[in-house]
Amino acid sequence: MSEADARVMRGRAARRDPFHQGNSRGANRLTLSRFSLRGVALLYLLVLLVAPVALIFFKTFEDGLGPPLEAITSPDGLHAFWLTIVCVGIAVPLNTLFGVITAIVLVRHKFRGKGLLNSVIDLPFAISPVVIGLALILIYGRDGWFGGTLEDLGVQVIFSVPGMVLATIFVSLPFVVREVMPVLQEIGTDQEQAAETLGASPWQTFWRVTLPAIRWGVAYGVVLATARALGEFGAVSVVSGKISGETETLPLFVENEYTNFNLAGAYAAAIVLAMLALAVLLSMNLLRRNPEVDEGAALFDPAGTNLEKEA
Amino acid sequence: MGSTNGIAVENVTKRFGDFVALEDVSIEVPDGGLTALLGPSGSGKSTLLRVIAGLERPDAGRVVISGEDTTAVRVQDRNVGFVFQHYAAFKHMTVFDNIAFGLRIRGQGNGTIRERVRRLIELVHLQGFDRRYPNQLSGGQRQRMALARALAVEPRVLLLDEPFGALDAKVRNELRIWLRRLHDEVHVTTIFVTHDQEEAMDVAEQIVVMNDGKVEQSGGPRDLYENPASEFVMSFVGPAHKLGEAWVRPHDVEVRHEPNGQTIEAMVDRVVHLGFEVRVELTLPDGEHFSVQLTRDQVEELELVERQIVYVRPRETRVFQLS
Repeated sequence: MSEADARVMRGRAARRDPFHQGNSRGANRLTLSRFSLRGVALLYLLVLLVAPVALIFFKTFEDGLGPPLEAITSPDGLHAFWLTIVCVGIAVPLNTLFGVITAIVLVRHKFRGKGLLNSVIDLPFAISPVVIGLALILIYGRDGWFGGTLEDLGVQVIFSVPGMVLATIFVSLPFVVREVMPVLQEIGTDQEQAAETLGASPWQTFWRVTLPAIRWGVAYGVVLATARALGEFGAVSVVSGKISGETETLPLFVENEYTNFNLAGAYAAAIVLAMLALAVLLSMNLLRRNPEVDEGAALFDPAGTNLEKEA
Repeated sequence: MGSTNGIAVENVTKRFGDFVALEDVSIEVPDGGLTALLGPSGSGKSTLLRVIAGLERPDAGRVVISGEDTTAVRVQDRNVGFVFQHYAAFKHMTVFDNIAFGLRIRGQGNGTIRERVRRLIELVHLQGFDRRYPNQLSGGQRQRMALARALAVEPRVLLLDEPFGALDAKVRNELRIWLRRLHDEVHVTTIFVTHDQEEAMDVAEQIVVMNDGKVEQSGGPRDLYENPASEFVMSFVGPAHKLGEAWVRPHDVEVRHEPNGQTIEAMVDRVVHLGFEVRVELTLPDGEHFSVQLTRDQVEELELVERQIVYVRPRETRVFQLS
C-alpha cells in the first residue's frame, strides 16, 4: 500500500469514529488490526507449514552431513530415488499425451456418454489412494481379472514396478485434462478455423495454433501431475509389497527408514523429496512469466526469432 | 463464369437440427465485386458465408468459385481469405508471424515471406507494429492485421464475417471507408456480412438482403432502396412507415397547413433538429406514430410548433402483395 493510500484509510477510520477528534488513536487501531491479521496468517503458516519442514532440515543435519548422506547414497536409497524417477517419468508423459487428447475430445467433440467420461476423469480425486491400490490388486493380482493370464506370460504387475507405475498413472491422471479443458473452452475455435482457411492441415493447426494457445494449461497440468506422482504414497504402497531395494519409491523409503528407527535416513530422503517438489513448484512459477499476458515482456522478444527458427 | 474469380452459390440448403439456416439460397457475385450479405441476426447470412468458405458443409446445393465446383473441396484447399468478427488473431504470434502464417504453411522462402509481409503491413498501415503481439493492438489494428493475414495467401475470394461488428462507431466508420479504398487497390472478389444497412449501402456495390434463411432481394444499394421487392426489404433497407396498406419513406411526405382532400390530419409531437435534416414526429388520428423527414428550410417556412395540427400527404407509396 502506498503512503497516500494509507493516509486515506487513516482518514476514513477517523471519520468513522465520532468520539475521537484527533485521528491518531483511530489510526493506531487500524494499524493494530492490520498487524494482528497479518500475525494470524503468518502464525498459521509458521506452525503448520514452515515449522515441520524446518524441523526436518534441523533433524537431518543434527549429527552432521555424514549419516544423512550415507543413508541416501545407500543402495536402497539410490534405488528408491531411481524408481521414483521411473514412475514419474512414465506416468507424467503418458498422462500429458492422453490428457491433451482427452481434453480436446471433451471440449471440441459432441458424443453420447460425454458427461459420463467427464465425471470419470475426476475419480482419482474422489477415491482414496488406498482404495485405488486395492482395485489394482483386484484386477492385476494373482487372483484378479488379468493377473493370472499376465503371470502365465511372465509379467508380474502387483508387488512389482509395473503395478507401481499403474498406480502412479491413476492418481496423477486428471491434472492435465482439468488444466487444459478450461483453456480450450476459452480460446474457442476461431483461431483454429482461421488457420484452416489459411491452408493449415489439422496436424499443422494443432502444432502451430492449438498447442501454443494451450501450452500454459498443459504446463500447469504437468507440474501438478509431477508433484502428485512424486509424493504418491497410498496407492503405490498397497501395490508395491514394499520390498527394499526393489519396489520402494522415495516416499515408501522414508516410511521404511522411519519405522526401522533410522531417523537420519528418513529425514534425508524426505529432504530429497521436498527438494524435488520445490524444484517443480519453482518451475511452475517461472512458467508464469507469460509473454502474451505481460505487455512489456513481448517488446523484448525479437520478432525475427521465429522466422530464424523456421529457416 | 470461366476462369474469372466470381462466386456462385446454387440452391444451397443448410439445417442445424430442426432449424433451417439456409433454404434453397442462390446468389452470384461477379469477379472483383464487393458484395454485402445484409440481414437481421438469425437470417442465415453468416452461415452462407461459412458455407462459401467451406467452414460449413451444405446439406444440398453447390458452391462454385472461379468456375470450379468447390462444394466437396476442403476449407484448406479452397484458397479463400476469411476475416472473423472477433479477429481470431493468433495470440502467441507477433503481427509479423500472424501475417506470415499462411505463407509459411505454403512453404515459401524466408526472403519472399519478409518482402510480402512488409508490403502487406504497409497496405494495412501497421508499419512499426510488426513485433507487437495482438494484445498490444487496438481492435481496429487487430482487424487490419487479420485482413492482411487473409490477403497474404492471395486468396481467390475474401470473406468478412461482420468485420467491424466488435468495434466502436468511429473506428467502424474509418475502417469502412478504408475497406472500400483497399478493395479498389486489391480488387479481390469480396463478400462481407453485416446487419447494418447503412454499412452495406456505404461499402458494397451489390447487396443481398437475407431473411429467415432466404434471399429476399439482391441488387445495387440504390436499386434496393428505390425498388424494394418486399415489405421486409422496404422496412430493413432505409427507414419506412406503414400507413394503412401502403408503405412510405419519411422523406416522401408532404406537410401542409390546410387539407386538400388527399391529406390525413396529424398532430405534431416533436420537432427534432438534426442539423440540415429535421425529423418531425407526428401522431395520426388512429393513435399511430409516424415521422417525417424535412429540411431545415421547409420547417422554417411551415413554422411548425409542437401540438400543432397539420395535414400530411404521402407523395410516393408502395403496396406489397402478401407472399
